[in-house]
Amino acid sequence: MSGILISGGDVIDRSGRRRADVRIADGTIVEVGDALAAGPDDRVVDAAGLVVSPGFVDLHTHLREPGKEEAETIETGSRAAAKGGYTCVVAMPNTDPTQDSVSVVEFVRRQGEVAGLCDVRPSGSITVGRRGDQLTPMAELAAVGVHLFTDDGNGVQDPLLMRRALEYALDLGVVLAQHCEVARLTEGAVMHEGHCCSRLGLPGWPSLAEELMVYRDIELVRITGAPVHILHLSTAGSVELVRRAKADGLPVTAEATPHHISLTDELLAGYSSLYKVNPPLRTMADVHAVREGLADGTIDAIATDHAPHAPETKEQPLDQAPPGMLGLETALGVCIAHLDVPLEQIVAAMSWQPAAIAGVGDRHGRPVAAGEPANLTVFDPTVEWEVRPAELASKSRNTPYIGVPLRGRVRHTILDGTLVVVDGAAQR
Amino acid sequence: MSSEKQVLGPDDVRRAVTRMAHEIIERNHGLAGVALVGLQRGGVWLAEALGAEIARIDHPIPVGSIDASLYRDDIGLRPVSPGSVSDIPFGVDGTTVVLVDDVLYTGRTVKAALDAITDYGRPAAVQLAVLVDRGHRELPIRPDFVGKNLPTSSSEQVVATAEGVVIS
Amino acid sequence: MKHFRSISEAGPDALRRLLDIADHMAEVNRRPNPKVPALRGKTVCNVFFEDSTRTRLSFETAAKRLSADTMNFAVSSSSVNKGESLRDTIETIAAMGIDAFVIRHKSSGAPWQISQWTTASVINAGDGWHAHPTQALLDAYTIRTALNRTDSFDGLRIAIVGDIKHSRVARSDIQAFTMLGADVTLVAPKTLLPPSLDGFDPVTVTTDLDAIIGDLDVLYLLRMQRERMNEALVPSLREYTSRFGLTPERAARLPEHALIMHPGPMNRGVEMAVDPSELPGSVITQQVTNGIAVRMAVLFDLLGSGANLEAES
Repeated sequence: MSGILISGGDVIDRSGRRRADVRIADGTIVEVGDALAAGPDDRVVDAAGLVVSPGFVDLHTHLREPGKEEAETIETGSRAAAKGGYTCVVAMPNTDPTQDSVSVVEFVRRQGEVAGLCDVRPSGSITVGRRGDQLTPMAELAAVGVHLFTDDGNGVQDPLLMRRALEYALDLGVVLAQHCEVARLTEGAVMHEGHCCSRLGLPGWPSLAEELMVYRDIELVRITGAPVHILHLSTAGSVELVRRAKADGLPVTAEATPHHISLTDELLAGYSSLYKVNPPLRTMADVHAVREGLADGTIDAIATDHAPHAPETKEQPLDQAPPGMLGLETALGVCIAHLDVPLEQIVAAMSWQPAAIAGVGDRHGRPVAAGEPANLTVFDPTVEWEVRPAELASKSRNTPYIGVPLRGRVRHTILDGTLVVVDGAAQR
Repeated sequence: MSSEKQVLGPDDVRRAVTRMAHEIIERNHGLAGVALVGLQRGGVWLAEALGAEIARIDHPIPVGSIDASLYRDDIGLRPVSPGSVSDIPFGVDGTTVVLVDDVLYTGRTVKAALDAITDYGRPAAVQLAVLVDRGHRELPIRPDFVGKNLPTSSSEQVVATAEGVVIS
Repeated sequence: MKHFRSISEAGPDALRRLLDIADHMAEVNRRPNPKVPALRGKTVCNVFFEDSTRTRLSFETAAKRLSADTMNFAVSSSSVNKGESLRDTIETIAAMGIDAFVIRHKSSGAPWQISQWTTASVINAGDGWHAHPTQALLDAYTIRTALNRTDSFDGLRIAIVGDIKHSRVARSDIQAFTMLGADVTLVAPKTLLPPSLDGFDPVTVTTDLDAIIGDLDVLYLLRMQRERMNEALVPSLREYTSRFGLTPERAARLPEHALIMHPGPMNRGVEMAVDPSELPGSVITQQVTNGIAVRMAVLFDLLGSGANLEAES
């Protein structure tokens, strides 16, 4: 069988950065070394000036199928993921029906396999229908491979129920991920509470609503010993709470989105619903704190919170438009443009660190070494580019980055030894 | 770029106003029910000067002013903004209104003023007094009282004040 | 000006110009035939996504007195919920040939979104909690004429009392009054103030109405919505009235020249615990009358003054 030779690139994995060629055959990396010669049937990928890394892993993708196929399908979302360099995404459970049963979870996984562009790993909801009152069959779901449980879109409001969920999950080897939002404090909210919302006459979403739940869940981790992953952390206060929890040795992990390290609430001044997202865009001080959290390792992962919405739903007044923005195809470009950290650290936060949290560390985020699965991303770390809506693979167009200069772009993505993206173009 | 030329001095203007005042009195047989209305903005000073002169020669008559910019036919075609507020301190019904303007040119401002004044009531008659008639009429409008007929080209500007009349 | 969406966006020059034009329009309204042909052939469409008969009638009267054609489009929330987006609604109406949209919407910012989807002028007739610039214009015009302050409001002491947080009137009035030079004091408990006043023009804040009432030139009372009580914003309407309402005792302490204003509709016995018709300083009915003149000024400035042509050429 023919293989692939990636030649002339810089390899980045958890052991660091080095110049090396990579040979792939039968879905596996077979050889890594200097000046490898191409075999007669090898497809040669010229990676001069490019970086070769383990594929990215997104802890936070809304694929919308089943239920909102007009916004995204598992196929279009997988294509967007592959174009963004992701070889694995965790599909959020707020579908219709909810990913709260084996049948729905299996449907999502199968659709991902059919699309064949990305390893789609469904999450499960913590409570039935994400309604916050009854636990899902977590053991059954874990048995079919669900590793991340979350009611994302909602936080689990009831502290007793959250405690029980953590205690019940203890022996299952799974991770509960929290969308931290005390709902009573954010009723009707459309943007960050501060001077911008005051001036714009928009109901505010206070930082406190996030931080109260971050605090509560950290304390629940302390008494239960069960791990918690904090989704899309967005405030300076949350970063500090997680920093202290980690210093205390608690099994707490956290992610931040590309938009929370690049955009602020000031952008809502023109009332464009493209900037409405949950949690909301915060202040510059919060943006700096989240970047700092990524730089010092408080925040483990960059997760996109890719949230496609059909145009007609976004072309509504701010209070009626749904929150969320696209993320998969722009994440790398936003992170390189906005994070002042070594490239190795960005790749770590996009690849092996989220892979460990998602429980996919056996297939993704692996070292680039012989014998390892060939899930790889090849990207240009310096190219400057702008998003063109028509070129997006996602079915939706709700990106806030149109006209914003980005740096760094994925060129090729290899899933299980197959080139699924070549020169930025999806191959299926 | 164009040079200024004074065609009437202050004394010329004063004499013209006196002559026009006499003509208005003569034409209206004792001024019963006559009122002066200056067109905002350039005609207001002239209406006041004519009013003062008529009061000196005979007896005082009402003097008002009208802003016709909301009646112009070129709204939206070129910038117009209302001048000072209209002030008609008398009933227009049955009054002989003498519209007063500084310079008569295309006649469009007078047409707008005619429309405006009839929204205040039904005058017995409307007459027109202007200090300068520079020609180039675009509407069938003819002044009743003229200070000076002044042939001009349409590229020229005419400014008429109590200090004199200047072409530039 | 292409649009009139907020006082801050219009700026001080436009604010003063509109107040000057309003003088002309007020004169038109005093005539036997209060109608001028200025906007013949122009079409103004009132699109009200939220009921407000008073504001709609005021705009409609203003447009008609300028001889514009008017259309009314009342959008019930149900028809919007049938899947038509705001953009669809606006593009459909715009296709009928509209020169100006007058927009009332319960959502802050809707006029800004709408102006992206039409080439017509957009006039904000109130959006959510955000802005109600023609109300601010009529309020400023009422103060200017009643106190004879044509040049500026320098040194004028104005208190705005009540639910600032949820009030588009307050946000626009604060901008207009401070832009004209007034010293504005907000009188409200923290629960009825925006979360932050950093982005506001310089204003002072107090909860003690009695401490300032003797020095006021204008007392502006906001409508206190009865349902606010259920949101724990105030303990009871009775307590609200005792701290922030215009009681006979407070009315007696107002300076003789001071104006009493209210955007309407009034909650008698709540913010207005006296009969306003017995208050010599009440200019509440003048506010309504002046509403027509200032809205005529806005329509004329946007559609008739040719200012857009000037800006384009």
